Amino acid sequence: MTQPLIEVHNLRFRYEDGTAALNGVDFRLEAGETVALLGANGSGKTTFVMHLNGLLKGEGSIRVCGMPMEKPNIQAIRGKVGLVFQDSESQLFMPTVLEDVCFGLLNRGLGPEEAAERARAALDTVGMAAAASRAPYHLSAGEKKRVAIAGILAMEPEILVLDEPTTFLDPPGQRALGDLLARLPQAKILVTHDIAFAQAICGRAVFFQNGTIAGEGPVEDIVIHFGWSFALERSKSGI
Amino acid sequence: MHHVVLERWSRGSSAIHRRDPRAKIAPLLMFLIVLATAHSSLPALAAALFLLLCAALVWARLPLAGAVIRAGIILPFTLVFAAICWLGGDPARGLSLLLKSYLSALAVLLVVSTTPLPVLLRGLEMTGVPRFLLMVAQFLYRYLFVISEEAQHMRIAAASRGGSRSRLRFRAAAGALAVLFARSYGRAEEIHRAMLARGFTGHFRTLGALRFRGTDAGFAVIASLAPALVRVAVERFV
Repeated sequence: MTQPLIEVHNLRFRYEDGTAALNGVDFRLEAGETVALLGANGSGKTTFVMHLNGLLKGEGSIRVCGMPMEKPNIQAIRGKVGLVFQDSESQLFMPTVLEDVCFGLLNRGLGPEEAAERARAALDTVGMAAAASRAPYHLSAGEKKRVAIAGILAMEPEILVLDEPTTFLDPPGQRALGDLLARLPQAKILVTHDIAFAQAICGRAVFFQNGTIAGEGPVEDIVIHFGWSFALERSKSGI
Repeated sequence: MHHVVLERWSRGSSAIHRRDPRAKIAPLLMFLIVLATAHSSLPALAAALFLLLCAALVWARLPLAGAVIRAGIILPFTLVFAAICWLGGDPARGLSLLLKSYLSALAVLLVVSTTPLPVLLRGLEMTGVPRFLLMVAQFLYRYLFVISEEAQHMRIAAASRGGSRSRLRFRAAAGALAVLFARSYGRAEEIHRAMLARGFTGHFRTLGALRFRGTDAGFAVIASLAPALVRVAVERFV
C-alpha cells in the first residue's frame, strides 16, 4: 500500500474564544485524488484545511508526504501543500501579477530570473500570461482566482487545497475554473458549497458536522445522505 | 480615485518616466530643501519654481491642468494653519505656508506621476529608506481600493435603509467606521496567513534590481541644480 499524501489522525482544535472547531478529525488523501469537503458554515472545513498548511496548530497528528507537521518541516510542507484562499483579494498583495506569482518562489530562495520564468509558465498554464504586468486590482474576480492559483502552481505543490473556489465567480468563470482544475495533475481538496461543481470535479466527498467527519463516499451518495442538494429539497417540497 | 489616475500617468514613456527612480528622488529632495529654506522674495521664487515644475510636467507629457488641480488636495489641510497665522496677525507666514505646501505637493506629484509605485518603492529601498515603512506604504496602496470599496458598500447599505437624517447619518457613519476598522483588521490577518502559506519568513524579496545609468546621473545632477539656480537667480535679481 502506498503512503498517503495527507494523513490526519484525531485532530482537535479550539479557537482562543473557546469555540471547539475540530473534535477529532481523521482523514486521508491519496495521490491523484480530488476530494470535496462539504458541510454547513462553521462545521470546521476551513479550520481543517488551515491545519494542512501549518497555519493553525491543533492537537492530534498530521503527516504530509510522510513528514510530521512539526516546526522544522513547516516550510517544506508549505511547499507541498498549496492553499488557495476563498477571497483572492487577500492572496494577491503584490503590486503586479508577475511579482505576486513570484512571491512564493523568491521566498523559497529562487533567483529573480528563474522565479520570473517559472511564474510566467504558471500564468500561461492558467491562461493569464498576458496579464503579467497588470495590477491585481484591475482584474475581474475570475482572473484574480486564476492568478491566485498560478501563484500556488508556480511553487509546484503536490497537493492543491482550494477554499470555496467558485465564490465570486459567474457561471462561465466557474466552468473555466472547473476545466482548469480537471487538467491539473495534483491531488486536490476543495472546500465548497457548490454541489454541481463538486460532482463535476471530485471523486469523493467528506461531510463535516460539528467539527468531525460525519460521513464520506462518492459525492452523490453524500449529497443524498445528508440532504445537501438544493434541487432535492425543492422537489421534496413540491415547488 | 486619485491614485488610479496617478498610476495611469506613471505608466507613461517620456524621458522623465524612463529615468531611474533614484535620479528623481534626489532632485525632489533638493527641491524640497530649496523651497523649505527660502525666506526672502518668496512669492517671486514660488512663481519661478511653479513654472519650473510646469515645464517638467509638460516634458513628462502629463496633463498640466489636471496635475496643477490635483496638487491642490493639500490646501484644505494647510488652509487651516494659514488662517490661524493670518488671524494671529502674521499673514506673510500664512501665505508662505500655502505656497510651500502647494509647491511641495506638486513636486511630489510630478515624481509619483512619472514613476510606477513598485519602482518608486524599490528606488526608495535602495536609497536606504527602512523596508518596513515601504511595506506599509505598499500594502496601503494595494488595499486602499478594497477598503474604499467596502466603505462604499456600507454607505449604500445605510442609504438603502433610509439613513438620510443628518444626526442618524452621523451615528451610522461612526458605526460604519468601527466596522470598517474591524474588517480591515480581519483582512490584514488573512493577508498575513496567505503570505505565510507561500513561505514568507519576514523578509520581502523582490524581482530584479534597478540600473543607474550615465543618463540618470546627468539628469539627477541637472534636475537637482535647477531649483537651486532658480533660487539664486530670484534672490539676486528680484
